[in-house]
Amino acid sequence: MGKVLAFLQHLDGKVSRNSLEALKGAQELAAAEGHSLTGVVLGVDTAPTELSAIHMDELLLVSSPELANYSSEYYVAAMQAVLAAETPELLIAGHTYQARDWLPRLAYRLGRPLVSDCVGYHQDSDLRWVRQIFQGKISADVETTPGLVIISFQSGAFRSDDLAEGKPAIRTMDVDLSGVPLRVRPGERFQEAKGAVDLSRAERIIAVGRGIGEEENLTMIRELAGALGAELGSSRPVVDYGWLPQDHQIGSSGQTVTPKLYLAVGVSGAIQHQVGMKNSDCIVAINKDPNAPIFEIADYGIVANLLDIVPRLAATLKERQGD
Amino acid sequence: MKICVLIKQVPDQESVLKINSEETWVVEDNLVFTTNESDTYALEEALLLKESVGGEVVVCTLGPERSSQALKDALAKGADRALFMQDEIFDQLDSQGTARVIAQALREEQFDLILTGLQADDTGDAQLGPMLAEELDRPHVTLVVETELLNGGLKVKQELEGGWFQHIEIDLPALLTIQSGINKPRYASLRGIMAMKSKEIKQITAQDMGLDTSSLIPYHVVKRLYVPPKTKETTFLEGTPDEVVEQLVQRLTNEAKVL
Ligand SMILES: Cc1cc2nc3c(=O)[nH]c(=O)nc-3n(C[C@H](O)[C@H](O)[C@H](O)COP(=O)(O)OP(=O)(O)OC[C@H]3O[C@@H](n4cnc5c(N)ncnc54)[C@H](O)[C@@H]3O)c2cc1C
Ligand SMILES: Nc1ncnc2c1ncn2[C@@H]1O[C@H](COP(=O)(O)O)[C@@H](O)[C@H]1O
Repeated sequence: MGKVLAFLQHLDGKVSRNSLEALKGAQELAAAEGHSLTGVVLGVDTAPTELSAIHMDELLLVSSPELANYSSEYYVAAMQAVLAAETPELLIAGHTYQARDWLPRLAYRLGRPLVSDCVGYHQDSDLRWVRQIFQGKISADVETTPGLVIISFQSGAFRSDDLAEGKPAIRTMDVDLSGVPLRVRPGERFQEAKGAVDLSRAERIIAVGRGIGEEENLTMIRELAGALGAELGSSRPVVDYGWLPQDHQIGSSGQTVTPKLYLAVGVSGAIQHQVGMKNSDCIVAINKDPNAPIFEIADYGIVANLLDIVPRLAATLKERQGD
Repeated sequence: MKICVLIKQVPDQESVLKINSEETWVVEDNLVFTTNESDTYALEEALLLKESVGGEVVVCTLGPERSSQALKDALAKGADRALFMQDEIFDQLDSQGTARVIAQALREEQFDLILTGLQADDTGDAQLGPMLAEELDRPHVTLVVETELLNGGLKVKQELEGGWFQHIEIDLPALLTIQSGINKPRYASLRGIMAMKSKEIKQITAQDMGLDTSSLIPYHVVKRLYVPPKTKETTFLEGTPDEVVEQLVQRLTNEAKVL
């Protein structure tokens, strides 16, 4: 019997949702492989309460004064010590921004593979990890060399509601990080002064993507928004180009929205966009590419040039209101 | 300040992708290639830093013959010279191998700052930057959306999830991975394009670097590529634009009841 370690990222006593989803994956994998499951929390000596009711064989609390706040150098050194002591088969984490920051460095130091941003796995004769490439347009099955493998699971790869319940035994471990140089010094977390746009309560949203082609086409989108009584949101590139202010951005580094109607216009539907809008009640996508990933989650799809559809839709809606 | 920018050439976002018959990669024959999006922001940040404090910007790629175009584009925008690592043996490299090879070429250059994009839009690993930083034993910060030079160091703004940020001070020499939107990448000027022709692109092979190629065996191997299976039933509306709009309004009113 081997061991699966699940890394549990936390902030202010709460475990990241993406970590809990990955923990579900870790539960499944441990059961399938006949491994034990150990959850690992860095920088605490009491467990975040929500973890005390989730099935894990044990919960390892790793403490050291340097781990009070996240820093890549301390995290890599601490996890290196944990892995040396625990010798697991698998280390599993959520593919969070924090995981992007330190897991590659850890993998490289250990000379072990990191299969990042996985959406699942297959268990045939060998274990194969499934990840998406080309921004979700193609799936890839990946195999690794034998030995410890580090896996990060994409947000939504598993459902945290499905976590098996249980009562993990608590174990603590001290690590000595006094010799690790601190070359990266993080300050406080902050949010930009909140703009006027709060999309979280909007009932209808039109989200524009790079597919609108040029800033001038926003005029036609605004007209449609007016006719539909919708707020305007966008994907990241539209903000990057300066076509709309940052507070319109929807996705992992923007707002999370759940309107009754989400109309995605010229948005490809990359995972970082989807996480911010996939729980909308009704999703409509207009995109010229029938294979765009947005159609994976759309209720209604229109494969067309948005320039042909948007003005007509605005006109039809206005006519209806005139009736 | 001596700055290195890593750039990767990837298929254009608009590409129609076809999986090859071995199911290991896409058919490249008819693809249009371009510089990875976040790398264009990394290059611009390097050029801005050079403009403010002086120094040199060196662009570097590891890839097949076609990727020299990405270097030329960067030279035309104002990079000073280029390193081009090309060798058949590099075709099979994973992130770790790529980091090892690139580190070998960069080590003697002693760059103050190395910038990479935050992830390659083709394979989406988001690994190379931190791995290279580890191999070169320098600190790194990922997802950088602002840089500011301090005395002997650098202050950067890092993007966190959900609209949060954090300022971080980092010692030099350092490595940063750059997020899109940090600046407005420039276009190459006519003069820049002319100047590019006389700039150096140094070709480097495994042998030139004295690499022990047996250490480059990949840790992970792609076994099969396929089109992701559909999980949700999308109702596609078909017809002329007028018909499609009519259907959509009907459906949204009567079926989804959101109008
Ligand atoms: C760490 C990280 C964080 C990120 N955070 C976010 C985030 O918060 N929000 C976000 O949105 N993205 C985010 N991204 C970027 C994300 O990965 C995608 O690059 C981005 O969402 C793509 O935006 P898009 O769909 O507008 O553009 P593209 O992917 O370029 O898609 C444009 C679409 O328009 C279609 N199109 C083009 N012309 C037409 C036409 N005339 N008619 C109809 N359709 C047309 C194309 O077929 C294509 O599908 C993040 C990425 C990373 C790595
Ligand atoms: N073959 C390569 N040559 C040069 N730079 C690369 C290469 N592969 C990746 N990079 C750089 O590393 C970043 C992250 O790539 P990846 O880790 O592959 O997602 C990219 O944005 C590039 O800046």
